[in-house]
Amino acid sequence: MIEGIIGKKVGMTQVFAEDGALVPVTVIQAGPCLVVQKKTTEKDGYNAVQVGLVEKISNRRITGAQRGHFEKAGIAPLRTLAEFAYNGDANVGDRILVDIFKAGDSIDVVGQSKGKGFQGVMKRHNFSGGRATHGSMFHRAPGSIGASAFPSRVMKGMRMGGRMGGDQVTVKNLRVAKIDAENNLIYIRGAVPGGRNGLVIVRLAKSGKRGE
Amino acid sequence: MPDIMKQVESAETHENVPAFEPGDTIKVHVKVKEGDKERIQVFQGVVISRRGGGSRSMFTVRKISGGVGVERMFPLYSPTIDRIEVERHGRVRRAKLYYLRELRGKAARIEERRKG
Repeated sequence: MIEGIIGKKVGMTQVFAEDGALVPVTVIQAGPCLVVQKKTTEKDGYNAVQVGLVEKISNRRITGAQRGHFEKAGIAPLRTLAEFAYNGDANVGDRILVDIFKAGDSIDVVGQSKGKGFQGVMKRHNFSGGRATHGSMFHRAPGSIGASAFPSRVMKGMRMGGRMGGDQVTVKNLRVAKIDAENNLIYIRGAVPGGRNGLVIVRLAKSGKRGE
Repeated sequence: MPDIMKQVESAETHENVPAFEPGDTIKVHVKVKEGDKERIQVFQGVVISRRGGGSRSMFTVRKISGGVGVERMFPLYSPTIDRIEVERHGRVRRAKLYYLRELRGKAARIEERRKG
């Protein structure tokens, strides 16, 4: 079984567990996905499958290279592709649905975090800042960024203000709360990166099950 | 809210809830688990708050127990609630009756509202 799927974040809500506990969940509409290409050690140097999320897209947006790639697979062009390491037998054109997961599975979710724009060091790097009152003249500034004559420059990688968010973020070891195979929905306990309609990749946790 | 979310949330709700408002006195029959046994416990008091929409609705019930004010919040559609009975409709002019926390005895009474 291929161990990952591409989906879109629908939103967050809460559902009741069987014992009445309220569980915060993120709803992901995932798949159906198709296997577009199979990569093998002989040909590509590693084993993997390339899968695409089935969506309605305009043909005009497809480049010649993409058209060739999808024609080879015999599949209508897809916008979003992802690769999963995979060694078993899978054929081009195979469908991947949410039923690869079941409630209780430990999963990793990869997404793009919400863009925060230009942010100062307090928000971006969790600097503590200075006192707000009592005559303090040091509020949200970064403080010293290095020594003087030596080294006469600022060290590379010094944490400063700048663009924040919009990064690829992986949240590991989340739990599947529920699977709705009929509507292609995955309910994930807790939050996942990105805003609504953001693309996410859901795959079985790499580090095994938590707490079991 | 996207339609899918409405669908997801409507699956968590049910119709088995009477209409009640802040100021009403209600009895909440709560399922309590003790070991393997399950029994019903009644929590009776005044509704002082309702919040949230859809499956996320919550309400707060306040009662005086042994001279001590006790408040309990319930998710409206919680499976641990067996049923809700409305004892009395109260006439109040606020949506949130947090001011009752400051009042004792006679002052904390709520006038009855005649329906219709």
